[in-house]
Amino acid sequence: MVLILGFLLREALPILQSVGIKAFLTDKTWSPSQQSYNLVPMIWGTLFTATGAVLLATPLGIISALFCQYYAPKAIASGYRRLIELLAGIPSVVYGFWGLVVLVPLINQLHPPGTSLLAGILILTLMILPTIALVADATFAEVPQAYLLGAAAMGLSSWGTIWQIILPASKSGLFTGMILEIGRAIGETMAVLMVCGNVVQTPDSIFAPVRTLTANIALEMAYALDNHRSALFVSGLLLLSVIILLAIAAELVKWDRV
Amino acid sequence: MAKKFLSLLVFSLSVGLGLTACSQNSANLESQKLTLTGSSTVAPLVSEIAKKFEAENPEVRIDVQTGGSSRGLADAAQSLADIGMISRALKDSETDKFKSFAIAQDGIGIILESSNPVQSLNDRQIVDIYTGKIDNWQEVGGADAPITVVNKAEGRSTLELFLKYFELENSQIQADVIIGDNQQGIKTVAGNKNAIGYVSIGAAERDISAGVPLQLLSVGGIEASTETVQNGSFPLSRPLTLVTKETPSGLTKEFIEFAQSEKVHDLVEAQNFVPISPNKLVQKP
Repeated sequence: MVLILGFLLREALPILQSVGIKAFLTDKTWSPSQQSYNLVPMIWGTLFTATGAVLLATPLGIISALFCQYYAPKAIASGYRRLIELLAGIPSVVYGFWGLVVLVPLINQLHPPGTSLLAGILILTLMILPTIALVADATFAEVPQAYLLGAAAMGLSSWGTIWQIILPASKSGLFTGMILEIGRAIGETMAVLMVCGNVVQTPDSIFAPVRTLTANIALEMAYALDNHRSALFVSGLLLLSVIILLAIAAELVKWDRV
Repeated sequence: MAKKFLSLLVFSLSVGLGLTACSQNSANLESQKLTLTGSSTVAPLVSEIAKKFEAENPEVRIDVQTGGSSRGLADAAQSLADIGMISRALKDSETDKFKSFAIAQDGIGIILESSNPVQSLNDRQIVDIYTGKIDNWQEVGGADAPITVVNKAEGRSTLELFLKYFELENSQIQADVIIGDNQQGIKTVAGNKNAIGYVSIGAAERDISAGVPLQLLSVGGIEASTETVQNGSFPLSRPLTLVTKETPSGLTKEFIEFAQSEKVHDLVEAQNFVPISPNKLVQKP
């Protein structure tokens, strides 16, 4: 980890020294061959896709875990759990390919060009859903049996039990799950690269194409030289710092609750 | 890893030779190293060719470095590299300073989804589509549907060639989708019947024959195919070229001859380039 960070810093340093950090925020566009390095549209791209996906996936994941834990018969619940685990193991390029041949043409009929922020959000939702669903599932399994019995003794409805007892009791676990899924949503590269359209712009609607930081690195690294290359390392550095911050946040949530 | 192993092999071989036959000197080993620098388009192909050359001549080591066509020319001029790699033909002002040897052709074809009724576009229309002046297929004889413009990511050599031929700046292009490699471009266009894109002709032809729903448009009235690229009539193409300062001799000559020979045609095709037909060679060493 330290090695990777050191490497990123070393590779990014030349450009940080020669053009400064400000250039990455205030330059006109991202056009490294013409010495402008504005990363802001891509930061927005990453933020929008990740936020949208987390907002969609979190409630879905929690509902799926509740279903699995409290409503489904044992046999179905265990089969369902396997399915979710399988979903977590599908390589991201397969999701991307599916998105490109199924999802993108569908969105294209709705509002061209199809490759868009919306496609990115939907694919990411699908990809991070297993993370939150499995973490939430594990958290609910740890809610002490006594709580449930107590709730039943007081005559709470099953919905009341979930709302009043289970969700508050598993808050910290759910937060950890959310942070994990945010991390995965931000870091995901291949699938978003394939469905997002990768146009460098701050999106003005969910049907507009966007480029994320990760996609930017993957697209241009193979052909980048000198400052262009360094600029890509800067975006890598940025991503890594966000992930580290998230990891710290996850630790804090844990400590706070124990 | 392979290189390390190879150098180890060379080393142990030379030690072994030296021990068994002391009379045999290993002076010829010193000159058995070749350095090539230049274009990032040509470098992957040359690396593959170099591997094959090293396999056939175990005593030779070849070092391939990228850095752009301009570095290839500069290094060859200053004798920092034995051979420079450039992704274009030599300009008139350069022909007296360098000797050039084409090793492959790179051609770019405009692709549409195969159900798109548009059969041909002229250069003007393509420019207007890419700059956003035409944004509906109806204006060029197609269905009433908005055009999805697929462009390449910055730094790709196909983008450079495309921009150069149509005399565009990348900032003028109003793209809806930006893609990386050829495969992604092909999948994007094949999955969207209103898309237009451009990819290496070799890659497109191979996928079309494998049943991918695509059509290649002709450019400037010339049909887009590996044949027209090979015989030089297709306008949107360029030679991948090796350059040397002096008339090549010895190992340099051997390598260039190898890179132009039929032995490497499979490598050329694997990289989606078109092999040079023997009678089209610019200059034989």
